[in-house]
Amino acid sequence: MLRLDSVSCSYGAREVVKGISFTLEAGDVMCLLGANGSGKTTLFRALLRFLPLTQGEVYMDGEAIAHWSRRKLARTIAYVPQAHTPPFAFKVRDVVLMARTAHMNGIGAARRHDYEIVDHALDSLGITGLAEKEYTQLSGGERQMVLVARALAQEAKLLVMDEPASSLDFGNEIRMLTELKRLAGRGVSVLFTTHSPNHAFLCASQVAVMKDGRLLACGEPDLVLTGSCLEEAYGIPLEVIDIGNGNRTCVPLASRLAPQLHREGSHYLKFAGFAPENSRT
Amino acid sequence: MKLVLLALSLVAVTLASIVLGRYHISLHAWRRFLLDPGNGGVATQVLLRVRLPRILGGLLIGAGLSVSGAAYQGLFRNPLISPDILGASAGAGIGAAIAILLNCGAPGIQGISFLAGLGAVGAACFVAGRVRRGNDPVLALVLSGVMMASICEALISLTKTVADPEEKLPAITFWLMGSLGSINNTNLVWLLVLIPLGILVLMFMRWKLNVLSMGEEEAASLGVDTRRARWIIVLSATVLTTAAVSVSGMIGWVGLVIPHLARMIVGPNYKVLLPASIMLGGSYMLLVDDISRSAMANEIPLGILTHLIGAPFFLYLLVRTKQGWA
Repeated sequence: MLRLDSVSCSYGAREVVKGISFTLEAGDVMCLLGANGSGKTTLFRALLRFLPLTQGEVYMDGEAIAHWSRRKLARTIAYVPQAHTPPFAFKVRDVVLMARTAHMNGIGAARRHDYEIVDHALDSLGITGLAEKEYTQLSGGERQMVLVARALAQEAKLLVMDEPASSLDFGNEIRMLTELKRLAGRGVSVLFTTHSPNHAFLCASQVAVMKDGRLLACGEPDLVLTGSCLEEAYGIPLEVIDIGNGNRTCVPLASRLAPQLHREGSHYLKFAGFAPENSRT
Repeated sequence: MKLVLLALSLVAVTLASIVLGRYHISLHAWRRFLLDPGNGGVATQVLLRVRLPRILGGLLIGAGLSVSGAAYQGLFRNPLISPDILGASAGAGIGAAIAILLNCGAPGIQGISFLAGLGAVGAACFVAGRVRRGNDPVLALVLSGVMMASICEALISLTKTVADPEEKLPAITFWLMGSLGSINNTNLVWLLVLIPLGILVLMFMRWKLNVLSMGEEEAASLGVDTRRARWIIVLSATVLTTAAVSVSGMIGWVGLVIPHLARMIVGPNYKVLLPASIMLGGSYMLLVDDISRSAMANEIPLGILTHLIGAPFFLYLLVRTKQGWA
């Protein structure tokens, strides 16, 4: 359904994403992994046409999206940004209703049908109780849920989510990831970034690992996410272990970590102060 | 419901403004006027030629400035933005100052200041298009607008230094202070065409304004052609501001305070925020003008009053809204 064909893009002269290709089928949940600055967010921005591609093409159902109208694009791909604080205190229902922009006529009058879809989206995530609250008064986790509800109300085929679990507590994090799996069950595809490889084991049917703007590996989590692959992606010693029932998890090897950091101390510090991904979002 | 209350208060203020005034109209004269508006009595003349145009004009100017401010605040995602941000008022000011220097009549001053206001914003937009860096076209627009306003203000000061101190300088100074006193039936037509037109376009954009206030990229991902929407909003809001300012002179704070107050009352959704701004802006302008007309023997320039009332009121709002922006 979604196909990226050797996509490259750059900020000025600096090429940040270099020839990425993969495909995503309907009902897939793809987890995009990679260290800070590996180009995940940039790839997302290119996919949503916030950044022009310097090379390659993005296809949805075989059609290149480069010349689609914003309206058509929004009906096909929904974007869930990280939870943020807008300057004005909109009601949650109004925030979710914004999803219907691409479905409204030019005058932008919401019809009854639109309100029904909004209520349904809130209900399916179990947050109907928030509908009349002010978005700015919600906790980070609640805001994230509202933004997911908004993406659902957009009725797109593909959901693109930038670190959907980043502001959630442990329980909500797991609930959110399970929700993604459920969405995929309804035929929606999901593409999300995360900093935790374990999220891929929890809910992803596909995983892509990026390093320095290139695709390090891509495929099913159980095949792709090996200890050596993740060690290469993140630059720390770690191990992927089987915890029974077919579940796997990734753990850092703390005992080998300390001496390694000591040895590569200067290298580590150099990166600690440099996090372009955070400064952009 | 809240909108109905606002509408009622607007009607009340309007009626009070019609009754108030230096020329006292007796009950008898009122009856004569209402039964036969065509008669030539003094009261009828005062009402038709002076008071009603001034009130209608004040309503339109107050509504126009408030709607324009509300639209700019949403577009720039900043509740501290006033309609002057892109240089519309300063541009209109330099236009008027030059027109006064050149001995143009009232329509000339008005026309030139309108064009100069549009020109200043146009120049700011042009520069913003050139300097556009990274992915924040809105920031580029604000910066070039501030520069443009600063240049215009410097030029206004320059015209003041070369103006004849007996006649021209007071004329320029009074124009800059703002007043509804110069409204007549000719420039009322001008306001009656441009201000409802600008408001109508922004009403059509109300939904996009909501979405744009969430952020440029987010709005794009929700299906808004942000570039096109931005130009339509900037153009309409600028026409509103310059049309108002070219008739009334500089009137500050209305476009900043009123949208703020409206947001406190009805919330940030533009579907209700714009009508609320229209009604509050109209009422506020009439109230201030009533004070300007009746408080002292001489008329107090309106711009002075809007500053004197607007700034402390805004501080009060700041103190009251403890958390975030209403």
